[in-house]
Amino acid sequence: MNKQQWYFGKYGGRYVPETLMAALDELEAAYSKYAGDPDFNQELDELYRSYSGRPTPLYLAERFSTELGEGKVYLKREDLNHTGAHKINNTLGQILLAKRMGKKRIIAETGAGQHGVATATVAAKFGLECVVYMGEVDIARQSLNVFRMKLLGAQVCPVTSGSRTLKDATNEAIRDWVSNVDDTYYLIGSVVGPHPYPKIVRDFQAIIGKETKEQLQRLEHKLPDYVIACVGGGSNSMGIFHEFIPETQVQLIGVEAAGKGTDTDHHAASLSRGKPGVLHGALSYLLSDPDGQIVEAYSISAGLDYPGVGPEHSFLKDSRRVEYVSVTDGQTLAAFEYLTRTEGIIPALESAHAVAAGMERARKMKKGEVMVINISGRGDKDIYTVAAAMEVRL
Amino acid sequence: MNQVRQKFDELKEKGRKAFIPYIMGGDPDLSKTATLLEMLGETGADCIEIGVPFSDPLADGPVIQQAAVRALQNGCTFQKLIRVLKEVKISKDVPLILMIYYNMMLQQGIREFMNETADSGCSGLIIPDLPPDEAAEVIQCAAELQIALNFLVAPTSTPQRISRAAEASSGFLYTISLKGVTGIRSNLPPELPDFIGRVQSVTAIPVAVGFGISTPEQAAQVARLADGVIVGSAIVKAVAGDSSLGEVRNLAADLREAID
Repeated sequence: MNKQQWYFGKYGGRYVPETLMAALDELEAAYSKYAGDPDFNQELDELYRSYSGRPTPLYLAERFSTELGEGKVYLKREDLNHTGAHKINNTLGQILLAKRMGKKRIIAETGAGQHGVATATVAAKFGLECVVYMGEVDIARQSLNVFRMKLLGAQVCPVTSGSRTLKDATNEAIRDWVSNVDDTYYLIGSVVGPHPYPKIVRDFQAIIGKETKEQLQRLEHKLPDYVIACVGGGSNSMGIFHEFIPETQVQLIGVEAAGKGTDTDHHAASLSRGKPGVLHGALSYLLSDPDGQIVEAYSISAGLDYPGVGPEHSFLKDSRRVEYVSVTDGQTLAAFEYLTRTEGIIPALESAHAVAAGMERARKMKKGEVMVINISGRGDKDIYTVAAAMEVRL
Repeated sequence: MNQVRQKFDELKEKGRKAFIPYIMGGDPDLSKTATLLEMLGETGADCIEIGVPFSDPLADGPVIQQAAVRALQNGCTFQKLIRVLKEVKISKDVPLILMIYYNMMLQQGIREFMNETADSGCSGLIIPDLPPDEAAEVIQCAAELQIALNFLVAPTSTPQRISRAAEASSGFLYTISLKGVTGIRSNLPPELPDFIGRVQSVTAIPVAVGFGISTPEQAAQVARLADGVIVGSAIVKAVAGDSSLGEVRNLAADLREAID
């Protein structure tokens, strides 16, 4: 086993209780066995096509573009996936792995509930027991997704510790895994956690960037000038960035949640405002206080409300291959409304962060320039949150 | 030689087993921590493990999680805790061991953290989320400062991993009795004797067993197999409901007796 592969530069690694080290070795071995296996990949491709509806469209947002500037803005429509977000790309891949590893029980953590729904969905499809950990605060603000998971047959476990959000749900999922490591597969939802998870999740999400590149080649006969995606844990952004990382003329922009402002205590901008630290098994940028306590992150979007970030993003920040910016709740809501009104597409609040940053860049784009914004999910789950922010009673 | 290993060597010569109680630092407050340490020292603890309260203790079950919440709510920080440890009136024969999550070391800077730990009179460290694979810098600093490192092994550890953890441990090898987090269990795992046997077959360093040991009967069973017994949640739980500490003292005394 080559330990170099555990890291992205100095980031990543395996900072986990000893009990899990053997399980991570087992996962790594299974993944390296199946990642290049034709049967595995054929089964996954077929599921992507017939179950999830891939390839997702690359859509030219004409009104959105022309009202902003001279360039063209394309939207990668991950919101059109089965279950309404990119999360299913990863859960389909990992459930095939879990099945081949002979695991009987699937556990997952969820923030906004999209990963929980995507996990419950594939567990239902493959007839596996599924337990989803979700913070109490998130359960309250995402009741629709909670009900979907229950309909799908998953057990949703409310997490009452700490900030009662994604971070705490992840702690609880790890504790479950430590206790049930023999028969349980931990289906992590983002490019976070100990090696090999950040690589596995990135690889299963990389389909987003591969399709985007091919589609744009057909439509515009060129590479995009800008690719923009939101970053919470960072799976949709790693998914769309990965293919373009060697293409250095493509500007990659990751958008974090600035919440009420990065100069306040209410944000989730781990890359912009954090420091390297260890959370959930990996070394990466992290919001923590000088004593080392993890700071509670805040964002209007439950899917970005996470004090850490995937280790590969930390590496891409330090190496400056990706530019990381942040947008506030207010900018996000304005972008949410603008995309909805100009294109008839209601984005998830997470994706609306990417839209907000994209709008700013689009105003400066020159004729002939092309931008791709990843619409990682649809906004149906967020209508209550948006209505509350607009002071509308439903 | 560091004080923790020395303690185990002394016990071995006398044919005794180590009793290692765990308390959460700053739970419910720091003055109680000082009182508890002194009391446990008098009640026959051989080493005392002190948890540093952390916001995200992912190796801990509910009892210790709640203790960390209480400690943090009452303002416990690492700096305040080690000030108490520096001044506590406890015999130098009872080594103090910090149990701390890695991010708290990292944010202070490994070297600085290790210097402060040594300076406070603490003799050892247990870092539940730092496997030896990631511990090169910590191992080097600990060796320079004679701080005992006590790595963990679990029932899932391969023989290779057990010997690796043993090689990296300058104190004892912290043997996790079960697959799970810290907490009280009604029974010891039936595989425990086999597992301890597997550990002892690959290493000669002292083996202390923890997780899920809460009653004197369980402690006695483990003491017959290993060099030391660690009791955490049962003591933390007793502290939580006991303002006079009489119950904690009785429990500690019973555990001591059972281990002997």
